[in-house]
Amino acid sequence: MPERIKKDLIIIGGGPAGLAAAVAAKKAGCRDLLLIERDKMLGGILNQCIHDGFGLHRFGEALSGPEYAQRYIDMIHELEIPVALNTIVLSMNDHRRVLVSTMGSLQEIEAGAIILAMGCRERARGALSIPGNRPSGVYTAGAAQNFVNMENIMPGKRVVILGSGDIGLIMARRMTLEGAKVEAVFELLPYSSGLPRNIQQCLVDYEIPLHLSTTIIDIHGMDRLEGVTVAQVDEKRTPIAGTERFVPCDTLLLSVGLIPENELAREAGIELHPVTGGAVVDDSCMTSVRGIFSCGNALHVHDLVDWVSEEAERAGVNAAEFIRAGQDEAARRTVEITPGCGVRYTLPQKAVPGHDTPLAFRVTEPSRNGVVQVLDSSGGVIAEETHARLHPAEMVWMALKGEQLAGLERLEVRVRP
Amino acid sequence: MKNEFLCVVCPNGCLIDAEFTEGKPPKLIAFEGHKCQRGEVWIRQEIENPMRTFSSNVLVENGNCITASVRTTKPVPLARVMDIMDEIRKLYPKAPLHVGDVLLNNPAGTDTSIIVTREVEQTR
Ligand SMILES: Cc1cc2nc3c(=O)[nH]c(=O)nc-3n(C[C@H](O)[C@H](O)[C@H](O)COP(=O)(O)OP(=O)(O)OC[C@H]3O[C@@H](n4cnc5c(N)ncnc54)[C@H](O)[C@@H]3O)c2cc1C
Ligand code: SF4
Repeated sequence: MPERIKKDLIIIGGGPAGLAAAVAAKKAGCRDLLLIERDKMLGGILNQCIHDGFGLHRFGEALSGPEYAQRYIDMIHELEIPVALNTIVLSMNDHRRVLVSTMGSLQEIEAGAIILAMGCRERARGALSIPGNRPSGVYTAGAAQNFVNMENIMPGKRVVILGSGDIGLIMARRMTLEGAKVEAVFELLPYSSGLPRNIQQCLVDYEIPLHLSTTIIDIHGMDRLEGVTVAQVDEKRTPIAGTERFVPCDTLLLSVGLIPENELAREAGIELHPVTGGAVVDDSCMTSVRGIFSCGNALHVHDLVDWVSEEAERAGVNAAEFIRAGQDEAARRTVEITPGCGVRYTLPQKAVPGHDTPLAFRVTEPSRNGVVQVLDSSGGVIAEETHARLHPAEMVWMALKGEQLAGLERLEVRVRP
Repeated sequence: MKNEFLCVVCPNGCLIDAEFTEGKPPKLIAFEGHKCQRGEVWIRQEIENPMRTFSSNVLVENGNCITASVRTTKPVPLARVMDIMDEIRKLYPKAPLHVGDVLLNNPAGTDTSIIVTREVEQTR
C-alpha cells in the first residue's frame, strides 16, 4: 500500500507555469504546498530554449529560456517552497487524490487543491499522415532542440523542416550556426504559423527559403533518410499533380504543432475543450472539477512565456483562495464565452460576472486593421478594439471589466466581418 | 529590389515597404509604411547593416551538464555572427558556471560579450 499524506496544494509540473503558480500561491498565504516535477531539474521546456527573447514583458529584458526559468527558481528557493524532483504524478481522480512515484516508491496525496501545469507535447509523425518509409533521421523540432542544446549532439548535416512553427524556425537558425545546411522550410498553409520576427531572423537572415502551400508527400531512404518529395497544395490542401520534386536531406524536423498534455485531466473526468486540447476553465483558471486549476501550456498553447507566468500566477492566487475559503456561490453562475466568426478559441471559456477578466483568444487567419468585438447575446457590442495586425500565431488580449459582464449569460468574441 | 519588412521596434508592427539596391551591403533607396521616426532609423539599419543577438552552447569541463548555454549581451552585425561562432566553439570552461559569467569580451572585434545563461554545478 502506498503511503498516504495530505497537502493543501500540489502543483504538477515545474516549468514556468508551475513555478509561477507556486510562487503566487505561497505569496497569497498558502503554506502547505508541494511542487512536483518528473525531471531532475526545474524549468521545464525552457531549459532547452537557449535563444533569447523571453521576459520582455515580465522583466523588460530579452533573456534566454534558462535565465528566465532561473529567475523563478531563485524565487522558489527564497520562499522556501518544497519541491519534489524526479517525481511523476501517475494518476489523479476527481476527489483531488493523486498517486505519485519517486524512483519506484509510491505515495498517495490528498490535496485541498491541485494546479495542473504539465505543459504540452509535440505533434509527432504518427499524428500526421506522411506515407513512405520510416528511416532514421526524422525528429520533432523539440527533440532536435534537446539533442543539440542539452546533449551536444547534431542530428544531421542536411536538413529539411516541415511546418513553420516557431520551434522549427528557431532550430533552422540553430542548426545553421552549428554548420548544418538547412535546405528549406515547407508549410502546408498559405501563411506561416511562426512569428514574423522569427521568419526574418531565423530564415531570411540565413537565406533559408520558406515554401508556403507546400507539403511533404513522401519520405525516402531505408536505414537513414535520403530525401523527401514535396508538392504544392491547392486551397483544399490537396497536392497538385505535376508540382512534385525531390529534395535530398539526411534530417527531417517536424514542427507541426503542440498539444496540451492532459492525460491526468482526462482521467479525472475534467471537461476538455475540443479546439484547445486543454481544460475548459473560468476566469480563475478553475476546471470543471472543483479545486483543480490549470495553466500554462497544459491549458492552451501559448506563444510567449511571459503570458504563461501571468496566467499561472492567477491560478496560484485563486487556488490559495479556494483552499482558504472554498468556492464562493457567485462563482457557480458564469457567463459563457464563445468564439464567433474569425476566432478559433477563447480563454477563459467562462467568467464570473463582477470579476475582471483578461480575455485571450486566437484568430483563424491573418488580417490588417481588423476590428475585434465582444458581443452580448442580443448582438450588442460590449467592447471593441482595432488591431493593426491580427495573426493566428499571436494571442490577442482584451481586458474585460467585471461590470461589463454583469447580468449576461453569454458573450461572443469575433472579428468584425 | 523591393521587399516588405515588419518593424519590430514597437508592438504596432508597421509593415514597411522598402526599395534597396542589391549588393553587399545593400543601400536603402525608398520606403513607406512606417508610422514614426524610430521605424525610419530601424529600416535603414535593417537593410544596410542588420544587428542581431544570438545564442549557442559551449562544452563544459567537470559539470553536472555537459553543455552550458551562452548568448551575446548586445546585438552584433549579422555579417559577423559566423566569425563569433568560431570563437565560441573554441571555449571549454570549467564548472561551476553561473548565469551572467563572462566567457568572452569583444569576440571577432565586435562590441558584445558572451555570457553564460545556465547554472552548471561542479561534479564531485
Ligand atoms: C519544444 C518546445 C519549444 C518551445 N520553445 C518556445 C520558445 O522558444 N519560446 C516560447 O515563448 N515558448 C516556447 N515553447 C512554448 C513553451 O513551452 C512555453 O512558453 C512554456 O515553457 C510553457 O510552460 P509550461 O510550464 O506550461 O510547460 P513546460 O515548460 O513544458 O513545463 C511542464 C513541466 O511539467 C512536467 N510534467 C509533465 N507531466 C508531469 C507529471 N505527470 N508529473 C510531474 N511532472 C510533469 C514536465 O517535465 C515539465 O517540466 C516551446 C515549447 C516546446 C514544447
Ligand atoms: S514604425 Fe514606429 S510605430 Fe511603426 S512599428 Fe516601427 S517603431 Fe512602431
